[in-house]
Order: sequence, then structure tokens, then C-alpha cells
Amino acid sequence: MEESVILLTIIGMAAVTYVPRLVPLLALSGKKLPPAVTAWLRHVPPAVLAAMLLPLILMPDGALTLGFDNRFFWAALPTFFAAVLSKSLFIPVMIGMLVVIVWRWVGG
Amino acid sequence: MVGKGKFLGKRTDLAWLRGVIAAVPIVLGYLPVGFAFGVLAQKAGLSIFHTLLMSVVVFAGSAQLIAVGLFAANLAPISIILTTFIVNLRHLLFSAAIFPHIAEWRKGELAGFAYELTDETFALHTTRFQMQAVEKGEAFAINLTSHLAWIIGSGLGAMTGHLVAEVEPFGLDYVLPAMFIALLVMQIKQNSEVWAAVMGGLASVALSLLGLAQWHVIIGTVIGAAFGAWIGLWKKA
Repeated sequence: MEESVILLTIIGMAAVTYVPRLVPLLALSGKKLPPAVTAWLRHVPPAVLAAMLLPLILMPDGALTLGFDNRFFWAALPTFFAAVLSKSLFIPVMIGMLVVIVWRWVGG
Repeated sequence: MVGKGKFLGKRTDLAWLRGVIAAVPIVLGYLPVGFAFGVLAQKAGLSIFHTLLMSVVVFAGSAQLIAVGLFAANLAPISIILTTFIVNLRHLLFSAAIFPHIAEWRKGELAGFAYELTDETFALHTTRFQMQAVEKGEAFAINLTSHLAWIIGSGLGAMTGHLVAEVEPFGLDYVLPAMFIALLVMQIKQNSEVWAAVMGGLASVALSLLGLAQWHVIIGTVIGAAFGAWIGLWKKA
């Protein structure tokens, strides 16, 4: 691909990424939303987090697997409990990484 | 870092610092993922300039990683742009969902904030906005710190790509999944939110098993949030 074409492609990518990020914020500005819409929006964060997370830990290589070869799934359990107990962001992240590191190290 | 708001008092300065500290888990995730992106971009034949430019003007992790694969496969620019659009369409939901918290901000501030609204910054912001009052300086510091980490990570990857180090032995590939777990736990306070997460997650897995690789997150989110809202309103009624 030519340099100038690559440049234009990247600028196009930037535009189609920014517009969906921007438009709702500006379009909703100064408006009062109906209760059903507000209720739906309030449930977007847990829904989207789970929608991003579950494929990552249930099918890390593209196929659904819960065996012990799926470290990401089993490491999610101590990470989850660390999150519930600590109510912090940093501690569960460290625990999750540690489990994955040690598991790889032991050669599971 | 010095606060540049109307108030140059202590509170504003600390807000910036709090934002930088709050962004540390995102930084830990973005440095290695950005690095991986930089390495792959280099392998796909993109120059260091183009790699950095993409991280500055697009700033969307998964979309950039997918796009690099498409560049490597020599796909037409329009396909690359369309794929990016579809992959990033979920930001429409982020933008709408975060709006009630920052409704009183000026248009220029909303425009600046929207520019750095990613999966991770969105999740961190909504979690913090639910727990404490919104602080503009802190919110922007979280965004800028995260973006900087992403740019630095991709730059390092692009420059050292030929030496290729593996990120797996350090468990860095687990930072983002672990962060999503922690943010999810912090988000959930009601039964209806549990249902939103369960339905959103299962729908997303089902859709990606069906081969809807680009659409599963956004459709799963729409389904999960609708289910959660329905449970919430139905219980109240």
C-alpha cells in the first residue's frame, strides 16, 4: 500500500471511531431522557463488561473450553474473589496475573 | 502535574494526581497490549510514524489490532475503515451511557472527553462516577494518562519489534481480563445488574460461537442491558 493511502486509511479509521464516541454525548446534551431509556443505559456498563470479558475467558482460543488447559477461565475465579473481598482494582489484577504467571511457570 | 482549571487551589492539583493514580491499572494493561500492537504493526509493514499516528488519532485497542491484521493481508482501505467502524460501534453505547454523569459539561469538554473514551476508560469512569462525585480534572487525567501509556506502548513495540519479546511469561496478557472482572464486581449493586451482565456475557459468547466475530459485543450489550432494565422496571412495578 502507498504511504499516502495508508495515511488516508488511518484518518478514515480515526473518523469512524470518533463519531460514535461523540454523537450521543452531543445529541443528548440538554435533553431529559425517558425513564425506560435511562434504565437501559444504566445497565449498559455491566452488560458490556461481561460481553467483552466472557469470550476472553471462556473461549480464549476461539473455541469454548472449560478444561484445565484454559488458564484464563480458572484464573478468573481467584481474581473474582479478590475483587469481591478487596473492592479494589489493583489487587485482583495482581492476583490474576500472579496465578497466570505461576501456572505457566509450573508448566500446566 | 498542575491543574489548569478555574481553581488553581490544592483540590484541583490533587484531582489530576488522583486521576493519574486511578489510571495505573489501565496503564499496566495498555503498555503490553500497545507494545504487542506496535510489534504487529511493524510486522505488517507500517512505519513507526504510521503506527504512532494510529495510536494517537484512533486510540482503540482491539480495532487497531484487527486493522493491523487487515493491513498485513493487504485489504482495501474501505474494508479496513468499515471493519474499524463496526468494531468500534459499541462506543455509541458508552457515550450514551456516560452522558447522564457529565450532562452539565460544556460541549468542548464533551468533545475532548469523547475522543479518549475506550473500553477501559469507560469502565473505570462509570465505576468511579457511581462511587463519588464527578471531578473533571480527575476524569481528564485518567483519559490522558491512559492514552499516553497506549502511545508509549505502541511506540516501544514499533521500535523494538524486530527483537520480539514475548509478553506471555509475565502474565501481562491477563491484565485486561482481570481488570474487566474487577470493574464488573465494582459495578454490580443490584440483581438487575447481575442479570444484565449474565445475559450480555452469554449472548456475546453465543454470538461469537455463531461466527459473528465483529458484532458479538455490541449485540450482546444491547440484549443484556435491555434484559437488566426490564428486570429492574418490572420489579419496581
